[in-house]
Amino acid sequence: MIHGKYLLPNGRVLRYSFHERMIHWTAAVSYVYLLLSGLAFWSPWMFWIAAVLGGATIARELHPWLGIVFSVAVVLMDGMWGKQMKETPADKGWWESIGHYIRNEDDKMPPADRFNPGQKLLFWGFFVNGLLLLLTGLILWLPQYIPWNLRILRLASIFLHPVFALFTIALFIVHVYMGTAMERGAFGSVIRGDVSRAWADHHHHSWFQQVLREEESSGKSSGD
Amino acid sequence: MSQASTEIVRISGHAGSVPGAGLNREFTVCKLVDTTTCIGCKACEVACLEWNGYTFTETTFDNSYQTMPETAWNYWNLIKFNEYENEDGNLMLLMRKDQCMHCADPGCLAACPADAAIVQYANGIVDFQEANCIGCGYCMTGCPFNIPKFSPTARKVFKCTLCNDRVSQGLEPACIKTCPTGCLHFGTKAEMKELAETRAKQLRDHSGYRNAGVYDPSGVGGTHVIYVLHDATNPEAYGGLPKNPQVPLMVRLWKHPLKWIGNFGMIFGVVGVFIHYLRFGPKIVKEDEQHGDAA
Ligand code: HEM
Ligand code: SF4
Ligand code: SF4
Repeated sequence: MIHGKYLLPNGRVLRYSFHERMIHWTAAVSYVYLLLSGLAFWSPWMFWIAAVLGGATIARELHPWLGIVFSVAVVLMDGMWGKQMKETPADKGWWESIGHYIRNEDDKMPPADRFNPGQKLLFWGFFVNGLLLLLTGLILWLPQYIPWNLRILRLASIFLHPVFALFTIALFIVHVYMGTAMERGAFGSVIRGDVSRAWADHHHHSWFQQVLREEESSGKSSGD
Repeated sequence: MSQASTEIVRISGHAGSVPGAGLNREFTVCKLVDTTTCIGCKACEVACLEWNGYTFTETTFDNSYQTMPETAWNYWNLIKFNEYENEDGNLMLLMRKDQCMHCADPGCLAACPADAAIVQYANGIVDFQEANCIGCGYCMTGCPFNIPKFSPTARKVFKCTLCNDRVSQGLEPACIKTCPTGCLHFGTKAEMKELAETRAKQLRDHSGYRNAGVYDPSGVGGTHVIYVLHDATNPEAYGGLPKNPQVPLMVRLWKHPLKWIGNFGMIFGVVGVFIHYLRFGPKIVKEDEQHGDAA
């Protein structure tokens, strides 16, 4: 059996390197704190959440700092995944068959690359809204330095920051659902890093074929 | 901040009812500032610092008598000066005591996310409870009068309390007590409104101020600090008093439609994925699918 950089000796396929998993979880943990503290300030009904985040005053202090951590993670993610997240002509066909995907009729779906178009949408949605959240968040962070005659910036941010947050929340709900309950095996890929060969072939056929081709032609791979 | 025994009718960032709901006190308090008899002595500025225990800070000289450009977290009461040329070509030195207006519909309270960081009492006083303030500064954006100010050391926001601690004990505010000309008055809103209107009429009828009038802006439901102005058609001349102050539209849209659309959307999303799971279940990949090489 061939193994090498991606095809692991245990018969599984490396999907996410340690580096990728670290960046993913930096973004995820900071995002969850941002989400929970943000929700606490969003509605009096959820203000109690702040109690488990260190109290509302602490949550208010930490939220912007974790926003910085989150933004850095998102930019690093763009560095590592940006290219693979580019839209390709084949994506159109995938979106046209989205109904099959939703109904779990995966055999009727066109093959996906390392990231399927849905994952690309998630990524770019987080990237663009993440930067907009940073921009509006910086203004909310230090309103005392935005002079009175520029208060339109504060007013715009107070309205738009939660709007952008809501866009990411929509993506986040679907992302977490798919990554845990719906797509069995996906959660392990971002924890341990590997997936089964069948999983790789099923969900990311084009990517898996590419991995096989690369490993076969690579001098480093060894047969046993 | 001060704890008063008067009834609370509105609470910021609060889910649920308020203790003073439905209470109908006989009177609401009001401060009347007659800008036409103010001499700019700043005794009220000093009285405010004295009563509230703040130290004197350095003044900022900007070619004007004004102590500093705007009120500060530890300087709640500021006489705003403006050298103004009126339509007759006469120079007027306008002076207006600037402080929290204690709006009936307070934008600061509407914007505040922290439970009970801002309360409104049945007597009309809007008071910050700094112990509950989280220092987010939303109130600074919600207020149409540029009143709440952030303290970098306390990391909380402060403003005029209308001497809630004095008023709740039956005393008048410190500024009122000290004013030497009697340009400041304190009483019920109805009394002050009447007194103000009488004075404005006097100015119109006997002093040649044709546009004299009372400033009690309806955009914020009226205020518990009202002014008599020589020219009520141009409040901006009095150190930037807004003509038609309102809780900003952005704050209204954010706290009402956006909040409900957002909450509905989030519930819809969570319920939606749950129903999807019940209907379609997970995507499970059979391990022996076609992978001879996986075995
Ligand atoms: C990227 C950098 C970010 C910065 C600098 C930032 C900053 C801020 C600040 C200063 C506030 C005011 C209250 C507070 O401090 O907690 C706030 C509120 C909020 N933030 Fe962020 N934030 C960022 C990212 C995010 C993200 C990624 C989310 C995603 C859920 C988010 C969701 C919220 C929400 C929901 C609120 C409350 C808005 C409201 O009350 O309507 N923020 N943010
Ligand atoms: S800073 Fe203003 S809006 Fe924020 S919690 Fe304090 S009083 Fe409320
Ligand atoms: S003047 Fe500003 S701080 Fe005072 S009650 Fe009105 S909105 Fe609040």
